[in-house]
Amino acid sequence: MEIFRLTAAELLRKLKKCEITDKDITSSLSARIRESDEKVKAYVRLTGQPHFLDAEPSAQSGLSGIPISIKDNICTAGVNTECCSKILEGFKPPYDATVIHKLKAGGMAIACDKTNMDEFAFGSSTENSCFGPTHNPWNLECVPGGSSGGSAAAVAADEAVWALGSDTGGSIRQPAAFCGVVGLKPTYGRVSRYGLVAFASSLDQIGPITKDVTDCAMLLGVIAGYDPHDSTSVNSAVDNYCSALTNDIKGMRIGIPKEYFIEGIDPQVKKILEQAVAKLKDLGAYCREVSLPHTEYAVPVYYIVATAEASSNLARFDGVQYGLRVKEKNIIDMYKRTRDQGFGVEAKRRIILGTFSLSHGYYDAYYLRALKVRTLIKQDFDAVFKECDCIVTPTSPTAAFKIGEKTDDPLKMYLSDIYTISVNLAGIPAISVPCGFTKEGLPVGLQILGKAFDEAALLRTAYAYEQATPWHLEKPKL
Amino acid sequence: MSLTQDTVNQTAHLARIYLKPEELATISQQLKGILDFIDKLKELDVTEVQPTSHILPVHDIVRTDELRTSLPVEQALKNAPHKRDAFFGVPKVIE
Repeated sequence: MEIFRLTAAELLRKLKKCEITDKDITSSLSARIRESDEKVKAYVRLTGQPHFLDAEPSAQSGLSGIPISIKDNICTAGVNTECCSKILEGFKPPYDATVIHKLKAGGMAIACDKTNMDEFAFGSSTENSCFGPTHNPWNLECVPGGSSGGSAAAVAADEAVWALGSDTGGSIRQPAAFCGVVGLKPTYGRVSRYGLVAFASSLDQIGPITKDVTDCAMLLGVIAGYDPHDSTSVNSAVDNYCSALTNDIKGMRIGIPKEYFIEGIDPQVKKILEQAVAKLKDLGAYCREVSLPHTEYAVPVYYIVATAEASSNLARFDGVQYGLRVKEKNIIDMYKRTRDQGFGVEAKRRIILGTFSLSHGYYDAYYLRALKVRTLIKQDFDAVFKECDCIVTPTSPTAAFKIGEKTDDPLKMYLSDIYTISVNLAGIPAISVPCGFTKEGLPVGLQILGKAFDEAALLRTAYAYEQATPWHLEKPKL
Repeated sequence: MSLTQDTVNQTAHLARIYLKPEELATISQQLKGILDFIDKLKELDVTEVQPTSHILPVHDIVRTDELRTSLPVEQALKNAPHKRDAFFGVPKVIE
């Protein structure tokens, strides 16, 4: 098999046996990117030869020589990080995000070409990028999902060994589902947000997007951990995630929430999920119906809370310190014209909505009320987790939709996040793994939700399911 | 919720975003639709419920008050659209 097709674990074995060198890996990947990315467009600002920062020679450990691709909203010192927005054109961060620092210390080679995303992570399809959309490797007319669509498509197309994405309302899990790869959103506070350009500070997390669950466990182990630079990072020990891959889920108690299987779910997705649940039962898990009664309120809560937080976080993009500046004589005009020309329409919509819900006269009716309903959503999960080790749902109500299909109606796009959003509001971890294909050949994702800081249970369940099924071995024909 | 174009215009001013007239009309209409959907939250009785603004039980995270190095000025200014000496250059803010 060609080098670019292999997983990180497989590459590591070959490196250890000196069958290949790290230069073999980066040149195989570069050739693959040059060959396939003009169709997929997973990477942005790609000019000529894709290149990677040299892995640090003094690095201790495990993952020396493995390259990794990074979403365009994670700061890499001296390397353009623009959140796929005109307003950050040319921005070269003066520091590395903590996760980048950890990857470098682990010996990984960071790709200098960043992966495509919805501008500032505002989106579920990667169509809101100022560079244009990424195309789903399984069907180039379809979206890869979003906002980490570039990272998911790159991994699916074997244009990356593995990648980092970020997830605020499903932006790792949904593109992972649409692209037939594995994506995990850690518990809030598990991975440092220092160096992640903030969208919604109480919801954002960085997480792995990988070809299989083993790689996901490995990568999570590298990036997780307390960071004094991030006051929302939690000071608790990081589990050995690889040791959770026991391939045994006998006796695991799994809840299937009835609210996730009602009208609106594509019948093919429903059938595939039912088959996946049957497989989990075959593997010895106890699956039973549970209820998350406030599920239908998750999307409205999210679009108040997340946009309110975003309106605050994006106030810094004003033409003063970095990025685009539109010259005006008067400072207010400079701010307004810079932000008008620098932000795309979805960014403007969300900032205005967020500003509105925080403004005088509307704060109580919208923002405060949304925060109270957030409590109810969290309490739903607390109740279910008293009786279940994890919860299983579809990742998305449909498989990947066509590019342009939902762009005329923002609300239609927002509703596609219905299964992923509650997870961020409750701060719990969740993973999406491939669980089948529609008749049209598009991947479908199985989402597993866990208790806070219990990524081990997620990985254990995901691994057992993966090893008993063929989905992770399928590749798109590009 | 009846969201007028005027309210959207005022909000855009608060958010320091200039909107062209056609944009103002389209965004107002879309936001009105989104807010109508969000009004669903009014179905719930939340009188006894505490708000969750932050999911983790961590509070008052501080560090010891000791001198540390920070980002050098030239590094901080590296991406500046306009700079002079050790400062970001901007249009006059005080008349």
